[in-house]
Amino acid sequence: MPQLCKGNVAVVKGAILAGCRAYYGYPITPASEIAEAAALYFPQVGGTFIQAESEVAAINMVYGAAAAGVRVMSGSSGPGLSLMQEGISYLAGAELPCVIVDVNRGGPGLGNIAPEQSDYFAVVKGGGHGNYRNIVLAPASVQEMAELTMLAFELADKYRNPAVVLTDGFVGQMMEPVELEDREIQPREKPWAVKGTPETRANVISSIYLEANELEEHQRRMEAKYIRAQHAEQRWELYHTEDAEVLLVGYGIVSRVLLSAVEALRKQGVKAGLFRPITLWPYPAQALVKAAARVHKVLVVELSNGQMVEDVRLTLNGKVPVEFYGRVGGNVPSVGEIQEQVLARIAVTV
Amino acid sequence: MANETGVSVVDDEVKMECKLGDKSRSDTGVDHDEYELLHSKSPLFFDLYERKSELQKQTHYCPGCGHGVVHKLIAEALQELCLQDRTIFVSPVGCSVFAYYYFDVGNVQVAHGRAPAAATAIKRAGPDKIVISYQGDGDLAAIGTAEIVHAANRGEKITVFFVNNGIYGMTGGQMAPTTLVGQKSTTSPWGRRPANEGFPMHMAELIATLDAPAYVERVALSDNKNIMKARRAIRKALEIQRDGTGFSFVEILSPCPTIWGKDPVEARHWVAEKMIPEFPLNVFRDRKPEIPSGNDPPQRAVADVLGIAPKAAVCGVSKLKPARRLPSRFKDVKIKIAGFGGQGVLLLGQLLIEMGMREGLQVSWLPSYGPEMRSGSAHCHVCLSKERIGSPLVSHPDVLIAMNEFSLRKFANEVPSGGLILYNGSSVPADFVAPEPKVVAIPAAEIADKLGSTKAANVVMMGALLEETECLAPGTAVTVLEDVVKKVDLLEIDRKALDAGRLFIDEQAHVGAVSQPDGFA
Repeated sequence: MPQLCKGNVAVVKGAILAGCRAYYGYPITPASEIAEAAALYFPQVGGTFIQAESEVAAINMVYGAAAAGVRVMSGSSGPGLSLMQEGISYLAGAELPCVIVDVNRGGPGLGNIAPEQSDYFAVVKGGGHGNYRNIVLAPASVQEMAELTMLAFELADKYRNPAVVLTDGFVGQMMEPVELEDREIQPREKPWAVKGTPETRANVISSIYLEANELEEHQRRMEAKYIRAQHAEQRWELYHTEDAEVLLVGYGIVSRVLLSAVEALRKQGVKAGLFRPITLWPYPAQALVKAAARVHKVLVVELSNGQMVEDVRLTLNGKVPVEFYGRVGGNVPSVGEIQEQVLARIAVTV
Repeated sequence: MANETGVSVVDDEVKMECKLGDKSRSDTGVDHDEYELLHSKSPLFFDLYERKSELQKQTHYCPGCGHGVVHKLIAEALQELCLQDRTIFVSPVGCSVFAYYYFDVGNVQVAHGRAPAAATAIKRAGPDKIVISYQGDGDLAAIGTAEIVHAANRGEKITVFFVNNGIYGMTGGQMAPTTLVGQKSTTSPWGRRPANEGFPMHMAELIATLDAPAYVERVALSDNKNIMKARRAIRKALEIQRDGTGFSFVEILSPCPTIWGKDPVEARHWVAEKMIPEFPLNVFRDRKPEIPSGNDPPQRAVADVLGIAPKAAVCGVSKLKPARRLPSRFKDVKIKIAGFGGQGVLLLGQLLIEMGMREGLQVSWLPSYGPEMRSGSAHCHVCLSKERIGSPLVSHPDVLIAMNEFSLRKFANEVPSGGLILYNGSSVPADFVAPEPKVVAIPAAEIADKLGSTKAANVVMMGALLEETECLAPGTAVTVLEDVVKKVDLLEIDRKALDAGRLFIDEQAHVGAVSQPDGFA
């Protein structure tokens, strides 16, 4: 039987089912329910919850727990994520797995607490210093908040790299039914971790490589695993793309609006389809190329001034006109608004 | 000085005095062979420093640097206490960033200032491990001030060794928070001026103001006698951690001859003459902290904690009524509920989706968002559908439940023709220009008040909604209320409120007193 819960709570439930027993975080709207749920659930299942003194401390606690080989997570929103970026870079550099949830709010600066998708660059393109990547997953429902959090732990461990669940205030605050299985995942062994045991005494967790050649070699090794991830981990969803002439592209909450817009447009006789990236990194490039192969126009919709659209343009490389429509500040386009945008743009083309 | 099992067989202090005496001789020009002979290395250090790229027989520390002494004292203490296999050494940013070159223990190198945070989580992951946070003054007293204070305040059962040499060594001699007044550095070229840079920070004293720490001491590497005190303090701090007593912190005043521009002997004198007067040596705390117990969370099975129904109960669900159909004119119902905070607006939405879910429908609930969340008014979006729900946002509700006049005026225009507005009030305000949809005024607050609780007005509205639209079964509402409302007396009121809401609509229909004829039902 499914249970109703908020997206932010589903994240924590998924994390526990993924075998995560350590949460270090700092409250921030609209992500606070994650910390609150973790504070409630983790200690009851033998886990650790600490409300850190800052996001800076929180991410370094995550670093410590990851170094010790346990599954660990944190949750935050834009301003907190900014504070975590140094630590995320260290985690990536030291090849430590962890899961971070970013419930995107309005920015820049204090912005507001309403949903935006303006952290795409900060999360997908790095944000912290140096050559590294985050694995980034973008849930669009409460069920996916749980499932993709579980997947994030698997991918983080598989590639020894931070994985970010990038979502927004709407998906975080929304309640929907979620179906969870009472089957806990046993995390894989981590022989590289520093556990304070004779077997792991020789292990070092560090991201410092003083010699140029050493650091280059380290980065080449990281690059190789990123290429492996790019081949193996692209995920996406298609909706009515087979015969689509207009392809709408959006992730997270926007993809939900676009799904309704596709239905509404089809009723009007417009052959619209939806391409929804589920992994924002690695970006599902091959599938997007295929989905856009026969369309006349691509419209990317985001709650930003145009961030993911850059990846769409890079992917499609001028083969199809890629247009953009964005709302920011907490405004979310309505289905009718998307219909109008599509109709207007088709009219121009014709 | 230690046998194969790592237990000291010699009187350590005598031996140590002897060796340090030898060292001071070597400083004054004893030849290299004798130096090698007289200075034994703790077996806790690697034989050869293979993690270094070159000069693998010696450390990267400058001659006369205090880090070498502190490293040795820590290594010997760990060895004597047989803690090597359990130890995780957390090294900072600063000259001791490369501690992992030397210590044959588990090593974690961390970001500048954050060692206490990382050490916190390492210790929580393995409470029986020995976790050492080794930090310099820039690391601990400047960029990492928050982390050290809060780790100490939480009483993390870790050991912090704070090497205070009053300067940034690795980056070439910039001012530290512990730089003395008048002391020149590359970033205080006229000497530290309190008017511009404030005063030296006394971290041991600061930490000792907190309740949780078990042991706080300041020692100095100024002379052999004080080095022996440092040795005892370091060992004691580790014993405190081993015994699980609490947070232990040792500040070590330490020479930095290279950056200070002094030879090793002068530098030690400088520690004694300049640093100790500013940073008095003392045991600031030495007691087992009193940590109140109680309020421990219960330990429960994961499925219970997460509310995952056992398989048996899942089977039981099928015994409930089969998935109900929405009235045929709906593929889905979109509802917006709005009112003041405290009117149960959000809760009413949650009750509706719980009912919808139990009837086998797709459901979604989205709370109002933005500044309103923190002020008096609230609203939520509810979708009930037989099919996958796209947008959970309700821009044009089929039904608006307006719990107050403000919400009625604000959202009425969003309701399309053929829609329905249920308004909590004895009548629609006189100056309200009724839009196209049917508007029904229900004195829900009055009804609920008469039943015993004004708070049940939202349930009256729910009854009205169910009766007017038939979008969900009243029986499901009763079941959900029974599951959600824990207090017996409140449940009784809610049952009555549900019936009263339905009855009101029923009577209205018979009287025909609806405000517009081209209504919804």
